[in-house]
Amino acid sequence: MMEDSLHVDHCKQRQSSPALRNRKQCMATVAKRDCPHIEPVLPEARKAHRMCNTSRAAFNGTSQKMCRRWKRYCHSDDVPKYHLLLVVVLSLCTRFYKITEPAHICWDETHFGKMGSYYINRTFFFDVHPPLGKMLIGLAGYLTGYDGTFPFIKPGDKYEHHNYWGMRGFCAALGSFLPAFAFLVVLELSHSTLAALIAASMIIFDTGCITLSQYILLDPILLFFIMGAVLSMVKFNQQRLRPFSWSWWLWLILTGVNLSGSLGVKFVGLFVILLVGIKTAWDLWKLLGDLHLSMVDFVKHLSARIFGLIMLPLFLYTTVFAIHFVILNRSGPGDGFFSSAFQSRLIGNNLHSATMPEYLAYGSIITVKNLRIAGGYLHSHWHLYPEGVGAHQQQVTAYLHKDYNNLWLVKRPDNDDYSDTPELLRHGDIIRLEHKESMRNLHSHFHEAPLTKKHLQVTGYGINGTGDPNDLWQVEVCGGKQGDPVKVLRSKVRFLHHATGCVLYSSGKTLPKWGWEQVEVSCSPYLKETPSSQWNIEDHINPKLPNISLCVLKPSFLEILLESHIVMIRGNSGLKPKDNEVSSKPWHWPINYQGLRFSGVNETEYRVYLLGNPVIWWLNLFALGLFVVMAMGCSLTLQRGIKLEGDRKAHSQILMEGGGLLFLGWLIHYLPFYTMGRILYYHHYFPAMLFSSMLTGITLDTFLHNTDLLFSPAVAKCILRGSLTLLLFGVLYSFYLFHPLSYGMSGPLAHDPTSSMSGLRWLDSWEF
Amino acid sequence: MQGIKLPITVNCEINVLLVAVTAFGFLTRLYGIQFPRAVVFDEVYYGQFVSLYMKRVFFIDESGPPLGHMIQALGGYLGGFDGNFAWNRIGAEYTSNVPVWTFRVLPALAGSLCVPLGYLLMLELGYSHFAAVGASLLLIMENSLIVQSRFMLLESVLIFFLLLAVVAYLRFYNAPNGSLCRWSWLILSGSSCAFAVGVKYMGLFTYLLLLSLAAVHAWHLIGDKTLSNGKVLVQVTVQLLALVVLPAIMYLGFFYIHLTLLNHSGPHDQMMSSAFQASLEGGLARVTQGQPLEVAFGSQVTLRSGSSKPVPCWLHSHKANYPIRYEDGRGSSHQQQVTCYPFKDVNNWWIIKDPRRQSLVVVSPPRPVRHGDIIQLLHGMTSRFLNTHDVAAPMSPYAQEVSGYIDFNVSMPAQNLWRVDITNRESDRDVWKTILSEVRLVHVNTSAVLKLSGASLPDWGFRQLEVVGDKIYKGYHQSRLWNVEEHRYGRSQEQRERELELKTPTYVDISRNLTFMAKFMELQWKMLTVRNEESEHKYSSLPLDWITMDTNIAYWLHPSSNAQIHLIGNIVTWTLANFALFVYVLLFLTYLLRRRRKIEDIPKASWEQLVLAGVICSGGWAVNYLPFFLMEKTLFLYHYLPAVTFQILQIPVIVEHIYIHILRSPSHQKAFSGVILAALCSVYLCYCTFCPLTYGQPELTSKQLASLRWKESWDILFRKH
Repeated sequence: MMEDSLHVDHCKQRQSSPALRNRKQCMATVAKRDCPHIEPVLPEARKAHRMCNTSRAAFNGTSQKMCRRWKRYCHSDDVPKYHLLLVVVLSLCTRFYKITEPAHICWDETHFGKMGSYYINRTFFFDVHPPLGKMLIGLAGYLTGYDGTFPFIKPGDKYEHHNYWGMRGFCAALGSFLPAFAFLVVLELSHSTLAALIAASMIIFDTGCITLSQYILLDPILLFFIMGAVLSMVKFNQQRLRPFSWSWWLWLILTGVNLSGSLGVKFVGLFVILLVGIKTAWDLWKLLGDLHLSMVDFVKHLSARIFGLIMLPLFLYTTVFAIHFVILNRSGPGDGFFSSAFQSRLIGNNLHSATMPEYLAYGSIITVKNLRIAGGYLHSHWHLYPEGVGAHQQQVTAYLHKDYNNLWLVKRPDNDDYSDTPELLRHGDIIRLEHKESMRNLHSHFHEAPLTKKHLQVTGYGINGTGDPNDLWQVEVCGGKQGDPVKVLRSKVRFLHHATGCVLYSSGKTLPKWGWEQVEVSCSPYLKETPSSQWNIEDHINPKLPNISLCVLKPSFLEILLESHIVMIRGNSGLKPKDNEVSSKPWHWPINYQGLRFSGVNETEYRVYLLGNPVIWWLNLFALGLFVVMAMGCSLTLQRGIKLEGDRKAHSQILMEGGGLLFLGWLIHYLPFYTMGRILYYHHYFPAMLFSSMLTGITLDTFLHNTDLLFSPAVAKCILRGSLTLLLFGVLYSFYLFHPLSYGMSGPLAHDPTSSMSGLRWLDSWEF
Repeated sequence: MQGIKLPITVNCEINVLLVAVTAFGFLTRLYGIQFPRAVVFDEVYYGQFVSLYMKRVFFIDESGPPLGHMIQALGGYLGGFDGNFAWNRIGAEYTSNVPVWTFRVLPALAGSLCVPLGYLLMLELGYSHFAAVGASLLLIMENSLIVQSRFMLLESVLIFFLLLAVVAYLRFYNAPNGSLCRWSWLILSGSSCAFAVGVKYMGLFTYLLLLSLAAVHAWHLIGDKTLSNGKVLVQVTVQLLALVVLPAIMYLGFFYIHLTLLNHSGPHDQMMSSAFQASLEGGLARVTQGQPLEVAFGSQVTLRSGSSKPVPCWLHSHKANYPIRYEDGRGSSHQQQVTCYPFKDVNNWWIIKDPRRQSLVVVSPPRPVRHGDIIQLLHGMTSRFLNTHDVAAPMSPYAQEVSGYIDFNVSMPAQNLWRVDITNRESDRDVWKTILSEVRLVHVNTSAVLKLSGASLPDWGFRQLEVVGDKIYKGYHQSRLWNVEEHRYGRSQEQRERELELKTPTYVDISRNLTFMAKFMELQWKMLTVRNEESEHKYSSLPLDWITMDTNIAYWLHPSSNAQIHLIGNIVTWTLANFALFVYVLLFLTYLLRRRRKIEDIPKASWEQLVLAGVICSGGWAVNYLPFFLMEKTLFLYHYLPAVTFQILQIPVIVEHIYIHILRSPSHQKAFSGVILAALCSVYLCYCTFCPLTYGQPELTSKQLASLRWKESWDILFRKH
């Protein structure tokens, strides 16, 4: 609370203190700040500096009132502007240097660039991330004259005449904000320019952050929102003495907006929401304990936060989705992931304002879709189950994409001739389903299913539609009774195998390579009604029946919102590492164990390799350890009741509160990855890395200013100067050494002594 | 003689209530445990391990640490079990050599002792004897705990150690400072934690809860300014030793006993490294005994892949070539196939040749192969050199094909030089050692690394595993490591003699020993990483089903009648427990927020008592329940039993709190007593109703069974007559 009291004091003093004396001090601090090696900004100096701002305003003839308002809006009373400017310029330079190189698709640009194009073309697609990031990429492309025609097929394809620089520039611009945000956050938490500069330089000169910002990716956008949320949160916290003022509301709302932004780009945004949530709950807890605050005021505080941090982000998040659905109104590659009802919204989809026969009849050609969300179409193809996997018969799978191999013919159990008047299919009827393309019947028998061993295998069997009694299936309409007809799209249907009594089932497990990574279909002996065993008839072709219109299906906005979320979550958890793929492990990340290839593999190619600057990353790691030790020492001291005085007390407060907040942020953005089953990549660590860099600023600053605990003051001063010089030199020199990682390498690989990177492969696991 | 007071007297106080509930505990758990004389549910799973213990055969069980199995094996040992029983099916009749009673008595004893522990826990939390009796009555009449205790299963043992650890810790915490007894309680608590974790990894959750509680208490201790720094340091250090170091040492001890007992090779050998296998009697040890240690030029070796995914296998080649064109139209070199083969075979033998010499025998003295040496590998039976070149591999097109080189005279030169890169070397001139060295074979021309890709070849490759040259060099991975498993010095220069030599088994003696720590690390690592294939089970359930007990498990069905045993809890108790938990959370939040505003509804001491009880009971429930939502393995109702035990203990806490602090007028209190009695009666009635399904007797008619199906989702078996 020391800073508060300081603040209050100085507010009181403001009127009374003679401006002249302050101005002298002010000159002194300004002079000090001009030299490149910044003197430690001691609380005294800071205080003077703050006061000098106000007094200078007064001195210049501006009225006190104006000054206060100006202060309230900008809060830049203690922001050293030149340092901030330096940070901004440096980060812009490093991020925009060689932005257009390489002139081909790098790594995930193939996805996100493509999705940006989809927005421009208004084509519906499916992705595991929420839409905001891709929408912004699309918008940036649109505004800079990209027309959405580049196909983005695979990494390495040349852009040629297409305008890709706009999208890259947009991402780089957002990426350039990160160092400045880190600077401001650390400055706010520690009130030390030195700490803020250390934190900002960690990010400016990190090759990983640079590389990640230079391409059409979601990460720069995500990081921008995350850092924005953290910055607004600490700024909001600074306003706590002026509750419900304009600036208080401004920062509260900005926090909410940034939260919705980060969640709207990737679900990783949930972590920063958690961080802000914890911090807010803690603040509320403190407010509740403040007996000077009446319950009414407390409820006001509570509801303001509920509005700003829950309602507003939720509203913005749903708005993003609403825009997404409005823009993407044409059928595209993502249709098959969604239910039939969902698809009927899309122009160009065969279900859009479609007409088809309402009731299923013998002789109809149909597609059958599993009712599990993101369940596929019943599918078969000209490939057999491999030897050793049940019987050596034709595969039957569930497939998420629309394909002529999804078509099935409904046949009578015995004969194949159909009279002119079509006969409707009814609940309880026994049928055969013939695969249209291969003319094999849907078949099951007592062999175990390929993945779900307790289930029976489902195959395609027979030649030209003639099979055996194991091809018979009983149709059951869920909730129906004997004699009910089967409605297209609206009836939930189950297929019971006549001979074994099991039910046609889609387990949702992905088959190995031999099954083309489609989804397993089996016959389950457990007859519980679950969406996995229920199907609906989606397409229905029967020229003998009259068609009706199917507009009734249109789902409401909330329904499609919910469905698209379930599909996304499914898709995310479905991203499992492939059998023989080496995947990145969370413990690799903080030690900078292995990077990611953005472009190029061979000696002849232009190579970009995403890897953090090892000096910075290992320094971050060291600082994390140092922070834990220092925080433990500090809290033990306090718990034992030892009183700290003056500076020491201020430092311990900064360390415990500011540092603690950032440490919590690092933990929240890092630890959850250990529990995740999905495939992980190196770049998932970057949000945590930003927190870690900011923490390094605070930790090193506090540590270097307290070395006099161990050494005599003179030695301590030397240590401070020496380590700052070393730090500056180390960061700059390592950046000089490793900058080709970001800005491109060519020629021989690093293990070759003639390479420009030779000798820099400090770990065997780096691949450049 | 002054110090002794005469007459010598012994004052004995017996808490009759405690004795009585203990007796009831024994009665309900131990009564007729040899019935049914057949394999009940998971006994079929645990039994096989008991048999393996009896035969001292090595095995790996990835589901948990070995202590639980050892306790069960102790039961078998006491009954003189010889290990001869085929554990293949639930419901199979036990043969006469199986000591059913001793098998089941240890878990049953542990289960019965949970009852007095519940009583003591209530007392230690500061609640009255009434509450304590209530807690133990609820535990006695809990059908699910009874069922789980009466068979050779591990949950009752786990729950026993969990409760013991908590009670002992609270004893320690409540005891007056300075008494010697206090420290023995702490040690008991620490070792119970070790036992619990040793029985099942699930015990870890409660252990962590207890550790955090102890940490909070220690933190208060540190803040106590009346104590000197030295005293604080001693106290904290002792607690750390007893609660962290001691359990860790004991955990290692369990593995030490486990590995000492199981010293014969067995069915799971293949999963372990060659070095580990060599330490077991029989199996690989018999084969590798007496092999020369240092690999030399001219050595005949089999090379085992360092990765056991998908199966452990050996580098192999045979007289068959890659097809000229693959199914997808890509071409191959049409040279001889090199694969990885999961069975021992004469075609797994390779000869290490010095590229500068023609000789294929080991000269005397042998010239050992060292790290960095260049070698050629000659296939023993076909005399083809191991070769790789810039041709895409059959299943992994991004990698290079590895072949046995055949010169078709099509300007495809031999590229058969390999550099030996020993990854676990100690010095740069380390010698390649049999079994111990993990070697990367780096191709000299292309710097590709010999790698097991994990894919299976199609029919033309006899479904063996694909071996490739990996150009994309991605750090350390086991699939790129190979070690020499079988090894002998080649003696015969002639091909024919050599073939004969390859077919004869390797010879004589010297044993190699791994240290205990190395074996422990390997076994522990395997247990944590080997995942059995996820299997669906008829009675598997989801954590959400457990709270409301929407699921049950049929443990046993009489082969001819309707008599059956089910894991079904006492639904009245479970409902009350849920209710108590809900009320607790409500009360806690209300008090917490009101205290923050300085409104004190209850005295500070009662508040602290309520918090401590909540940490143990609700906290115990939460840590034993919530983690299951994150687990991807097959889950069963019995996984919930530790959680539900803690949850049940919450009931008397809430009841006593309401009685004392919320109901102020005597008439209300009287009415509340009536409610409590009624609740206890209905618990008793429910217990009696489900007794036939708990004890498996008496047999019920189909109609009675149908009336017991209180929930639609319960799966009760009916025999069709």
